[in-house]
Amino acid sequence: MTALPLWVRRPSGERVGWLRTVDHKEIGVLYIGMGVAFFAIGGLEALLLRAQLATPESRLVDPSTYDQAFTVHGVTMILLAVVPLLVGFANYLVPLMIGAPDVAYPRLNALSFWLSLVGGIVLYFSFLAGGAPDTGWFSYAPLAERSFAPGLGVDYYIVGLAVNGAGTIIGAINLTVTILLMRCPGMAISRVPLFVWMTLVTSILILGAYPALTAALVMLFVDRQLGGHFFDPAGGGQVVLWQHLFWFFGHPEVYIMVLPAMGMISEIIPVFSGKPIFGYRFVAGSSVAIAFLSFGVWAHHMFAVGLGDTENAIFAATSMLIAVPTGVKIFNWIATMVGGRIRLTTAMLFAVGFIAMFVIGGLSGVSLAVVPIDLAVTDSYYVVAHLHYVLFGGTMLGIFAGAYYWFPKMTGRLLDEGLGKLHFWATFAGFNLTFLPQHWLGAVGMPRRVFTYAASTGWGPLNLVSTIGAAILAVAMVIFAVNLVRSLRSGEVAGDDPWDGFTLEWATSSPPPAENFPTIPAVTGRRPLWDRKHPDQRDRA
Amino acid sequence: MSASVAVGRGPSIAHDRVLLGVAVFIASESVFFLAIVLAYLAYRDAGLATAKANLDIPRTAIFSIALFSSSATMALAARHGSRSWLVATIALGAVFLAGQGSEYARLLASGIGPGRELFGTTFFTLTGLHGVHVLGGLVALFALLAAHIRRRSALRPVAFEAVGLYWHFVDAVWVVVFSVVYLGTLL
Repeated sequence: MTALPLWVRRPSGERVGWLRTVDHKEIGVLYIGMGVAFFAIGGLEALLLRAQLATPESRLVDPSTYDQAFTVHGVTMILLAVVPLLVGFANYLVPLMIGAPDVAYPRLNALSFWLSLVGGIVLYFSFLAGGAPDTGWFSYAPLAERSFAPGLGVDYYIVGLAVNGAGTIIGAINLTVTILLMRCPGMAISRVPLFVWMTLVTSILILGAYPALTAALVMLFVDRQLGGHFFDPAGGGQVVLWQHLFWFFGHPEVYIMVLPAMGMISEIIPVFSGKPIFGYRFVAGSSVAIAFLSFGVWAHHMFAVGLGDTENAIFAATSMLIAVPTGVKIFNWIATMVGGRIRLTTAMLFAVGFIAMFVIGGLSGVSLAVVPIDLAVTDSYYVVAHLHYVLFGGTMLGIFAGAYYWFPKMTGRLLDEGLGKLHFWATFAGFNLTFLPQHWLGAVGMPRRVFTYAASTGWGPLNLVSTIGAAILAVAMVIFAVNLVRSLRSGEVAGDDPWDGFTLEWATSSPPPAENFPTIPAVTGRRPLWDRKHPDQRDRA
Repeated sequence: MSASVAVGRGPSIAHDRVLLGVAVFIASESVFFLAIVLAYLAYRDAGLATAKANLDIPRTAIFSIALFSSSATMALAARHGSRSWLVATIALGAVFLAGQGSEYARLLASGIGPGRELFGTTFFTLTGLHGVHVLGGLVALFALLAAHIRRRSALRPVAFEAVGLYWHFVDAVWVVVFSVVYLGTLL
């Protein structure tokens, strides 16, 4: 059992390298590798931002560098780190979980990955081509118009995001068709693992949301390169149109980033509680509700625009409504743990950490849906704190849980639990130290995206705490990197089913052979492997 | 797998991997065009006078009929696995694009480009993006034709169905674009 073989054999016996591979598992690993690399780059950018803000009136970096760093940090983490990480796990796991030999279109799958990567490289090429974009990850007009952003940075942003988005859309088509048509005998849609359910819902969200971003990018490109007036007030255009189009993409994007992580912990919590998930149908159904509602909440990012009281009230109501299906999930996870035989592995620690941190992020989100509160703290560090509780405290902790849980399947070796627990606690402490104080900073008026602040504001101490937290977080990531490298080389050999798992990915070898399963699995319930191991205690569903 | 491409009932979207993929892709493309059409509508009033003064409805209607008929020839090509109907579809699509090209040339000659007022910006973006999709459809049709010539026996009926589905979509988008941009000036 070797760790991550550099070559896999196709069923025909042909040897294929990473550049030419069309195997869903290898493409999954490529996606995860891309995500890890960009997560490291985006993390270094974040450290630069925190270093600059550690003390008032700091001159560590100049304002222009700072603007580029926060813009590229946001784009990188969202589109080049989190999305590829989640798509990578989905690529690797979905065919295994549904008992399929591969995705529906293996070659198109390779195209998706390479488009996503090239999009990221195009964005980063801007650093060599005279300056990165410096207009924020949502690149509002008219700031992003040529008159205010004359360099090429925004053009690289447009092309990079469009190419990356095309890859993501093609990947979503692939996963949708795979889940709908490639399930093995007996694997009814009401039996697929919840991670597969969440991937399906996420794919549909991508298909509905990303085209709006592409459309907005095309319009911005017409404005910048062909002298158009879509978002140019002097030519009769309306800057608010950009915001509508961007957030019609941008808010579903939040759920695109969080639903697969929810899917991961919906696999992990039942296994480590020794119980089936509580309320499978509610976990699956609430995801559909979230997806549906997520297309009707975008203007809560735009309360400060002044759309009008009626519009604001409607979007406030829908935004609060979306907390209901989210809350349903939280209670399902907790109810799954109640009365279970809990094994506090590193994966389980991260999964439970997800619930706690996501609840904080969710609650601050509901507070932001209250228009008067939003008007008071809009564009402040309160918003920065909120979004990091959702995307780091939520999604990233979920991804770490998934990493500890499925690493043995992907490599044949377990990640070290001792280093893992150190990684968890350092992450947990560093994360909260970084982002909890930012709620207070935002509430007392510290604006986001400003490269420094006067000493007289009194924001210095909390900013220093936040920066110290970021340093601890960086140490936690180094611990994780050490764990990855060491375990890959000499970790404990995992075997096929190290966690006493429920689902089909644990029914094959670690790592699985090229064709996934030597024989087509037959499924009679929601926990096919459990049923096989405990024929006397089969699930009825 | 039957060697003939003409016989039997066509594959269904609900069960065929290729057709479902194209259908999902089209659904996603619809959101893209919806966003562009909404932007056109949002700026319609500002550009209406220029649109009324410069768009040639009867001329574009003739070219539109070429595109609309190409959907019929595509359906016949798919039903019979027919090379000649495929050639007819390509010819009609090319006629439409040529018509669009001449429309662009005429407008540009009279000083109306994408940088000229909101009408120019929205008109060239919407019709240009549609034109790019027609061009993509033509490439797919050419690939289908080439495959039909080179290895007819290996070509599955679903190849016609899949390209046809996309071609009908491009056609349907033009129904909307022609209505909104051209017929909209009559309101």
